[in-house]
Amino acid sequence: MTDVVVADRIQFAFTLMFHYLFPILTMGLAPLIVVLKTLHLLRRDEQYAVAARFWTKLFALNFAVGVITGIPMEFQFGTNWAAFSAFAGGVIGQTLALEAVFAFFLESSFLGVLLFAEKRVKPWVHWLSAVLVAVGALLSGLFITATNAWMQHPVGYRVAPDGTVQMGNFWVLLGNSFLWWQYAHVINGAILTAAIVVASVGAYYLLAGKHVQFGRLSVALGVSVGAVFALTQLFPTGDMDSRNVTAYQPIKLATMEGLFETRYGAPLAIIGMPDTTQRTLLDPVVVPDALSYLAYGSFHAEVKGLNAYPQNLWPPVQLTYYAYHIMVGLGTIFIAVLLLGIVLWWRRALFTSRWFLWVLMLLLPFPYIANEAGWVVTEVGRQPWLVYGLLTTTAGASPTVTAGETIFTLLGFAGMYALIGVMSLFLALLLILKGPEEPAPARIVATR
Amino acid sequence: MTTLWFMILTGLLIGYAVLDGFDLGVGALHLWLARTDEERRAALNAIGPVWDGNEVWLIAWGAAFFVAFPRAFAVGFSGFYLPLMIALWLLMGRGVAIEFRHHVTDPLWQGAWDVIFSISSLMLALLYGVAVGNIVTGVPINEQGYFQGLFEWMLNPYALLMGLFSLVILLSHGASYLCVKTDGALQVRAHDLATRLWPALVALAVAVTVATFGAQPRMLQNFETAPPLLVVPVLAIVFLVLMRRLQRRRLSGGAFLCSCGLIGVLLASTAIGLYPFLMLSHPHPERSLTIANAAAAPGGLLAAALWMIPGTILLAIYQVFVYRTFKGKVVLGTGAHY
Repeated sequence: MTDVVVADRIQFAFTLMFHYLFPILTMGLAPLIVVLKTLHLLRRDEQYAVAARFWTKLFALNFAVGVITGIPMEFQFGTNWAAFSAFAGGVIGQTLALEAVFAFFLESSFLGVLLFAEKRVKPWVHWLSAVLVAVGALLSGLFITATNAWMQHPVGYRVAPDGTVQMGNFWVLLGNSFLWWQYAHVINGAILTAAIVVASVGAYYLLAGKHVQFGRLSVALGVSVGAVFALTQLFPTGDMDSRNVTAYQPIKLATMEGLFETRYGAPLAIIGMPDTTQRTLLDPVVVPDALSYLAYGSFHAEVKGLNAYPQNLWPPVQLTYYAYHIMVGLGTIFIAVLLLGIVLWWRRALFTSRWFLWVLMLLLPFPYIANEAGWVVTEVGRQPWLVYGLLTTTAGASPTVTAGETIFTLLGFAGMYALIGVMSLFLALLLILKGPEEPAPARIVATR
Repeated sequence: MTTLWFMILTGLLIGYAVLDGFDLGVGALHLWLARTDEERRAALNAIGPVWDGNEVWLIAWGAAFFVAFPRAFAVGFSGFYLPLMIALWLLMGRGVAIEFRHHVTDPLWQGAWDVIFSISSLMLALLYGVAVGNIVTGVPINEQGYFQGLFEWMLNPYALLMGLFSLVILLSHGASYLCVKTDGALQVRAHDLATRLWPALVALAVAVTVATFGAQPRMLQNFETAPPLLVVPVLAIVFLVLMRRLQRRRLSGGAFLCSCGLIGVLLASTAIGLYPFLMLSHPHPERSLTIANAAAAPGGLLAAALWMIPGTILLAIYQVFVYRTFKGKVVLGTGAHY
């Protein structure tokens, strides 16, 4: 692999992972804002409107940075991956253009109404704007996942005489069997993240003794939604998504699990260090036969190990393996913490157990790590392919862009994103410290 | 079908230029025209509900380009690598400035973001013109069908003239928008500026037209073979004259619409001149990318054109709804987000 491809990969990975920090929250928070606004309309209780307004502010900050860091993603297909774009643009251009036309326009138009027009439009129109923003956010997630799912498991295409791939069947592209469970897993992860963020901020208010009513509402909402989605993150979405990996990308499965030898009754590695020179998992703690069961539904099924494949088709083993174990480990912790929250709630101790509120507050960064780790598994685990089985990553880079140029722009992005990252954190903290506006008596609205 | 996609791309680009054009113009004028904090907030709230929706037009244009002409997308975007990255950073700079500014009420904090917002908007306005200039003159495509953009030829006098033209048009466009959306001293200044920029606009329009036929003689060909198309550039003159009259009568809404129309027909004329070329090549014209040799397969183009129909209808509904909701002057008060 040449320098320029390495630089291109680092730049794409870096800009994408940074970008994704923001849509995780917007995709997950948008449905929660809809829940709050619906409760407001149904119960006529001002506290829900206050809560919706507060989370909408955080949403807006995330949305703006998400849009700003998202534009380079689309451009980089052309700038850094020109050969890939020329090869696959006829297919993945479809889903990317669908995203812009059906999701982004919807989301950005109605976010304007949601943010600026609460006093200008009727309450139900404002509620509808929140719903449409959520629909837009979820649709954009669908189309971008469809793009990725096609790169994981290309379907619905045909090869043109000039060697490029072109659209075969549009509905097969959207009906990709890889897509729907992957999408469910991605969105589920986003909602879980948003729920934990809401609970965590609420826990902070309860611990600090400020905005107590809002804090309780946030902890209750976050813990209840989070507990459900922590479970569905594992089953069915995570389980079904890995069954697709088993079926279509067996090398990735072996890498994720650190399985070198092909075995009947393959063990599930809980911890261990994969060593690619000795081709073994060092110091493993395993559950016997469990991998065979999870992958094929039978304790004695055969699972192919990495040794069954030529080494030049292996993805980077350690990175994929550790990322997968970080994701699963964190997912297990989320289930434990959030179910404990439900138990405490049932025993009427959720809002008063200071130790638990501390745990909840400090949980905030971890769902982000889990989501990012999941994408590392998906993307690094697909290597050496850019489009699985059709185009290698090395063959996809731009022919005229030099390593020097890419390193220069990579440094530019690094500097820019360091600044944007620090600022976003600072401003999010500022919003949280300022807290929600307490319900005030009706104010006189300035009219023209 | 490929001609239809050429038209769709032109339409999306015009949508972007007209809509993001006014918020870029407002941005470029921000430091000089809006002087007090209140005026600056008024300017920001005037574009606040719509600026990120306007930028979606650029994303939609990029994606439509990608799906319809993947090879031209790949060649063009990788060829203009550094200028595109600079454009991206400028877009990011102004975007974060708009969003970050209002979170902290401190003159230094806000002043810093005002500068970033304004300078990056100004440079983008300039850069877009330089880009159009380079598309018109063409690029040196090599045997592999790619090219590498070098600043030594990208910053040629013709492209710089186009950059200046684009800057002046967008300044005038932004000033016209502020006339519509604000009142008081800010509106008076915006009106003065728009009126004063008009002669410069006319002079540059003439200069650019003459220079274009010098730099790229084939821009005339399509108009020679199909003279009725001349109505498009003639409309530019109509819009210019009408804009002047409406400005004089202080009909700011009409003047702004003329400004929109002017930008639209100028880009349309450029597109007509270039058709059927997406990326002209010199000194090897046979390597040029056209709508025929850069297009995706017909099946994909048809499918995308079909789903574009409901997409466009929905888009029109959203935009009408949003601009109706926010019609009238900006009011700073409880409704202002920034």
